[in-house]
Amino acid sequence: MNNTISVPLNKEKKGTIKFLMGELKPRGKWFTWFNMISLPIMFLGLVLIVIRFWKGIGAVTNLTQDVPWGLWIGFDVVTGVAFAGGAYVITFMVYILNMKSYHSIVRVTVLNGFLAYVFYAGALLLDLGRPWNVINPIIGNGFGTSSVLFLVAWHFLLYMLAQLIEFSPAIAEWLGGKRAYKVLSGMTLAAVIFGITLSTLHQSGLGALYLMAKEKIHPLWYSEFIPVLFFVSSIFAGLSMVIFEGSITNKVFSGQISGTNHHDHNKIIRGLSKICAGAMFAYFFLQILVFVHDKNWVYLNTNMGYWYLTEMLGFVLLPMLLFYYSFRRNNILLIKVASVITMLGIIINRLNISVIGFRWDAAVHYVPSWMEIVVTLAVIFTEIWIFRWVIYRLPVLQESPIWAKKQIEN
Amino acid sequence: MSINRRNFFKVLGVTGATLAIGNETVAKPSATEDEIKEFKAILYDSTRCVGCQTCEFSCAEAHNLPEPTGYPEAGKVRSTDETCRTVVNAYETSQGEVYVKRQCMHCNQPACASACLTQAMHKTIEGPVIWREDKCMGCRYCMVSCPFDVPKFEYHSANPKITKCNMCFERQEEGKLPACVENCPGEALMFGTRRELISEARKRIAENPDTYYDHIYGETEAGGTSFLYLSPVPFEELGFNTKIQNSSYPALTKGFLYSVPTVFVLWPMILLGIHDATKNNHKKTEDNE
Repeated sequence: MNNTISVPLNKEKKGTIKFLMGELKPRGKWFTWFNMISLPIMFLGLVLIVIRFWKGIGAVTNLTQDVPWGLWIGFDVVTGVAFAGGAYVITFMVYILNMKSYHSIVRVTVLNGFLAYVFYAGALLLDLGRPWNVINPIIGNGFGTSSVLFLVAWHFLLYMLAQLIEFSPAIAEWLGGKRAYKVLSGMTLAAVIFGITLSTLHQSGLGALYLMAKEKIHPLWYSEFIPVLFFVSSIFAGLSMVIFEGSITNKVFSGQISGTNHHDHNKIIRGLSKICAGAMFAYFFLQILVFVHDKNWVYLNTNMGYWYLTEMLGFVLLPMLLFYYSFRRNNILLIKVASVITMLGIIINRLNISVIGFRWDAAVHYVPSWMEIVVTLAVIFTEIWIFRWVIYRLPVLQESPIWAKKQIEN
Repeated sequence: MSINRRNFFKVLGVTGATLAIGNETVAKPSATEDEIKEFKAILYDSTRCVGCQTCEFSCAEAHNLPEPTGYPEAGKVRSTDETCRTVVNAYETSQGEVYVKRQCMHCNQPACASACLTQAMHKTIEGPVIWREDKCMGCRYCMVSCPFDVPKFEYHSANPKITKCNMCFERQEEGKLPACVENCPGEALMFGTRRELISEARKRIAENPDTYYDHIYGETEAGGTSFLYLSPVPFEELGFNTKIQNSSYPALTKGFLYSVPTVFVLWPMILLGIHDATKNNHKKTEDNE
């Protein structure tokens, strides 16, 4: 198994380039369902992106002067980052709490998190009207330190760096850099601690972005506790994504996974479902406190009230009970079902704040155009393509080379 | 890796320095503050406005914008947009037809400026809130944050700008009046320091209590604005947003932003502590298996 990823060690430069060129070539079958669906959408998305930069944002989106943030922010960034929260939760469990039984999913989770941030920050560039000024808050052409977005922007950047460091030992193993591997592995704990701190702040910061839109968001979703709610929900949002994504990669890339890891996976899923149930209980309890504290009873018997109850009961309470029940009964399939419901619930919650409940009282509602949806899908598909490329080449699901394992043992 | 003495002092030093600097900025106002004049402001008296739209036309001329279209008509609400920074609307009220001019409110503590991560939206010490093209990245967070929905965005441009009334800041720098104030034939608009204008508004209300509704819109709204309104009728009759809070909008994010340095200093320490405390868990679980 380990011999399949024999890596060129100390070869001359030509060899390295040849190796990299070889790695760039596609592997596996071309005519798969996924490729047939994703390729045209990615191509169409690219065309739409060209139009967007040529004719302006209004040419492809349905955004208005009243609703300046739509699907690209509300779904790609705000929801996507919540789903990427799995990376900081898993690294917390493995490196801080030393729960080593989850070690086998660290790399794939961090890779997923890293790619999610790269692509969602990338999607953010599409939404910026003047993207060439994106470096201004970094280079100091105006440090808007009173802005929550300033904090979020810096944290995205720094967290991507932290995740890259967390993942870098896998790159060193792939390229066979033994000395680099040693150095980079030594930085993992620092990167993890830094990364968890950053995640705490920017997961809640994404919620804090909406604090100033006090009258614009429906009272059932606006509260001064949005940051706390965003942070707590990012824990089970991220873990549900880990469960969901894990069960798919386990099927699709089963050839890449070593026997023992295959066996461990159900145990890991079961452990995660327990944590999800706990985090969701805390979240549900917080939501009740916020609801009572803000005296929101009057809104309950309205259409938005029913929608709120649907979210809270159907997409928080129900999956929470499912997670707990299936953890007790050791029902892996039901855990996966619960994780899908939870993820839908997170999408609904984030969109309720950023799109559906934002300017809910406006005469004309914002509904995303088909072009916004296609670009969003194109971004997601591109991410999956890159993910697949990495999985087939780097030791993410595969075992690390023997020399790397020996270094860890020493 | 553990919290040794050196690390502890390092953290203590950083914290101390932060506290010291923080204190200093509070205790010692920056030098420019001596020269700060009071905020300039505009008082708009809707009892004097005849709805002639001269302000709209002079605004368009001063900022090279297309000529305004439409006219004030009761039952129809025109809105400012990316080509039009001020509009006059007519409202059918309990006191008959009343005209209202709308534009940026130039808040004392603007949500847009505090939202801006590049300080492109900027509250000048003179009072006007201005937008600076070279800094803006077009994220539109100012639009999300503004409680009055003032900033507008050029959605159909490849080089879009955020547009809004800037109280003719460039004219003020030349010592001229804002275009709308200068050209208003009915003296419905008055330019001055915010304090002067508030006492002028109070005087008008006191002298003609029957003419005015007893409230200056903008005195306390959103923590106070540099555009002040007088009206013969309650302001909700004129389409004003009465849900606006009386404290400033940036204050809503203060609690979150203040927690950031605390988390930044304490979290790594706590995480390191937990890491050290659970270091031997690995061995234990292995023994059990």
